[in-house]
Amino acid sequence: MVKLKINGQEQNWDGDPDLPLLWFIRDEIGLTGTKFGCGQALCGSCTVIMDKQAVRACVTSVSDASGREVTTIEGLHPAGDHPVQKAWRQLNVPQCGYCQAGQIMQAAALLMDNPKPSHDQIREAMSGNICRCGCYQRIENAVHLASTGV
Amino acid sequence: MNILTNPNKLRGFEKHIKVENVSRRSILKTLGLAGGFVLAAPVMIRPSFAYETGAGKMPHGVVVDPRVFVSIAPDGIVTIVAHRSEMGTGVRTSLPLIVAEELEADWSRVRVQQAHGDEVKFGNQDTDGSRSTRHYLIPMRQIGASARTMLEQAAAKRWGVPASEVKAVRHEVVHSASGRKLGFGELAADAAKESVPSIEGLKLKNPKDFRYLGKGEIGMVDLHDITTGAARYGADVRLPGMKYAVIARPPVTGGKLVSFDGAEALKVSGVEKVMEVKGWPWPSKFQPLGGVAVIARNTGAAIKGCNALKVTWDDGANAKYDSVAYRAELEAAARKPGLVVRKEGDAETALKSADKVIVGEYYLPHFAHVSMEPPVAVANVKGDKAEIWAPVQSPGGTREDVAKTLGIPEENVTVNVTLLGGGFGRKSKCDFALEAALLSKELGVPVKVQWTREDDVRHDFLHTVSVERIEAGLDKNGKVIAWRHRSVAPSIASTFAAGTVHQAPFELGMGLIDNPFEIANLQCENPEAAAHTRIGWFRSVSNIPRAFAVQSMVAEIAQATNRDPKDMLLELIGSPRIVNLSSVKDPWNYGEPYDSYPIDTARLRKVVELVADKGGWGRSVPKGHGLGIAVHRSFVSYIATIVEVAVDDKGKLTVPRVDTAIDCGTYVNPERIQSQIEGAAIMGLSLAKYGEVTFKDGKVQQGNFDDHPVIRIDEAPAVTNVYIVPPPSPDTPPSGVGEPGVPPFAPALINAIFAATGKRIRAMPIGKQLEA
Ligand code: FES
Ligand code: FES
Repeated sequence: MVKLKINGQEQNWDGDPDLPLLWFIRDEIGLTGTKFGCGQALCGSCTVIMDKQAVRACVTSVSDASGREVTTIEGLHPAGDHPVQKAWRQLNVPQCGYCQAGQIMQAAALLMDNPKPSHDQIREAMSGNICRCGCYQRIENAVHLASTGV
Repeated sequence: MNILTNPNKLRGFEKHIKVENVSRRSILKTLGLAGGFVLAAPVMIRPSFAYETGAGKMPHGVVVDPRVFVSIAPDGIVTIVAHRSEMGTGVRTSLPLIVAEELEADWSRVRVQQAHGDEVKFGNQDTDGSRSTRHYLIPMRQIGASARTMLEQAAAKRWGVPASEVKAVRHEVVHSASGRKLGFGELAADAAKESVPSIEGLKLKNPKDFRYLGKGEIGMVDLHDITTGAARYGADVRLPGMKYAVIARPPVTGGKLVSFDGAEALKVSGVEKVMEVKGWPWPSKFQPLGGVAVIARNTGAAIKGCNALKVTWDDGANAKYDSVAYRAELEAAARKPGLVVRKEGDAETALKSADKVIVGEYYLPHFAHVSMEPPVAVANVKGDKAEIWAPVQSPGGTREDVAKTLGIPEENVTVNVTLLGGGFGRKSKCDFALEAALLSKELGVPVKVQWTREDDVRHDFLHTVSVERIEAGLDKNGKVIAWRHRSVAPSIASTFAAGTVHQAPFELGMGLIDNPFEIANLQCENPEAAAHTRIGWFRSVSNIPRAFAVQSMVAEIAQATNRDPKDMLLELIGSPRIVNLSSVKDPWNYGEPYDSYPIDTARLRKVVELVADKGGWGRSVPKGHGLGIAVHRSFVSYIATIVEVAVDDKGKLTVPRVDTAIDCGTYVNPERIQSQIEGAAIMGLSLAKYGEVTFKDGKVQQGNFDDHPVIRIDEAPAVTNVYIVPPPSPDTPPSGVGEPGVPPFAPALINAIFAATGKRIRAMPIGKQLEA
């Protein structure tokens, strides 16, 4: 039995301990904000924050998360008003939106670590997150905006 | 309770239309494969408007009825139906916004409701071909104006005053003479009893009074949900008792299952069942490819189980498909005469007598869509009823196909349209929904079919692969007197009809036969090419190879004659005029009447001049940098792009700046136009730099973002500036936005690389070509 916390709530799993955390979160718990894009840590769609670090839930097993605190997009802010979320709305970042939960979680983790990243640092930190719609210019600007106060 | 909800009796012109337009699904009918297909939807003819569109000729045409699209609750909340699919263009917001504008509704009190697939009720729902705004700007205005008129009539009756004395203003109807006011909610019940006014008598708002249209101040209705994880995509649908399925499909298109051993798969924790999925013979249209499904309690278990399957396939007729050999085949075909599809003057003779002939041969490989959300669908089939939840661009077509595949009546199929995590044409083909329907029928429980990224790349309906060969003949003054363009590529029609070797008129109409250049001797040819995989629509379709070839050639001629590429381009476009296509037997114009949407070289010139001006054409750039320019008309819009590149001494390519000018006629939301163009630059760069799906022994060689890279933020253009040409009049027809940004990007980039390095790229992707 694996025990972990997701968005502050205790969760137990007695199935396959190797099950990627992504599918536990989406299919077993029903938190569908975290997305599947590649399954191989190549796109960042599944990004969640585990103990203050952005991780790819598609290659993190449930047992890797044992005893840890996991935050998904649903748990980032109770009203959805984290500065990153607000900046995203202010700059109309999304197109289809599918990648954006992962982008937002990655950006939130970046700002925890480095509250005032430079544009180069933003580009570097966000380079694991693919947006096929091509919202990159706005993503960069929104992370910058979130870092300077929304 | 909602009031204005009586399902509509079709009104207007009781004209039966034969489907002749090409949408991404109606190709079945245009190819005559589905028998006679006659529809009873009304066409709205609008005598008070300056233009006609092809909307009425789409399958099921247009329905202009406020009772179908608008409902008003007693509390004043206005619900407007969005009948097109949202995949990032903002259409789910912009079409209802048009209704709200004419209705005088306050947007903060409007809710948007997504239509399920029902084209008899809503009219055509195919979200493709960059045509939603183009086809629906006027109908949506009329719907809003009808509902507004009904509210005004109801208020006038209540007050016993002539309707001409009352006016709807911001969610209320006011009688200014007496100062009386009634809210929309208070009037809804009475308004519902009013008869729907005739379209011809409707008074539309004066565009100068618009609050929303053309302003770009309203964010997407899904914006908040997208940022909190609440937005629901196809992959996010969950039903009680639902099973998760992942499918192993034949690795070669047209291959078949011989046998499988599911023993190892069944040992995976969470896997419940392994079963065959029915496949259709090649060419399989939108039908499933077949294979073996692993059914599990969650997607992770299904994927793991699928990887543990042992399957034997019969690879079938396409087992030898090899991209290297196929390219050579296409090149050979392009060097011989082909079917002549446009001929003016005598290019053959003129090329022979030309002082100089410049030849360019341009190769474009297959592209995969790789929308961020891989194909996914949920189906719940119970007896002779089916309910589908899927991110489809074609809700109506999906409904038809599910009914046909399950052998049940169409009325028994409900298709719920979720948000689409990207589409780009892939989700116009509903094979993934059909797979879910087949599995649910067999299992008797709701089933979600999830494609992995590898499934997506390996079993896509790929963008075609092509060789475009252009020969330009110059006289001794350097003037182009002859132009022969041969286009060789397997056609999308091959996915529907065996033995297809020529491109369909809609493909020839994308940058080949619609060439806008003023050249006396001009010939376009289409030599034969057979397909060996599923070919499908990809954002902007054949315009990508055509713009790449034509716009590269322009720069090549400029170089050969020592001219400025922009001046060369303007010279070739020639005088401001309407291009005469009378020499073309079947001139396809994106389904639009040529009178409303002619090829207007004045507009083409204008976007070139605008982008040159705003983008600083000719400005001096640092060493290793270069500027390139290209223009292309597609989806009846005009777009010109300047790309600035920097190439370092190791051949590393970066894009410091992109400038794009677009003339898309009358527009609704400039903010979303801008985002589409920004996105098109990224997609164009992805295609040019990396885009390539290759085959060996019939199998796709790529699978995920490691071997099929796309552009990431650290290599994205630093800035993309967008300039929108204001429409000359409110009667200027709207034109496409979602797709047209893509085609000019790659040639502008390639031309910029030439300016920076002197290297001329004639085959995509660029890959390592700059490193050599
Ligand atoms: S799904 Fe995890 S990184 Fe792509
Ligand atoms: S917004 Fe569509 S993938 Fe990023």
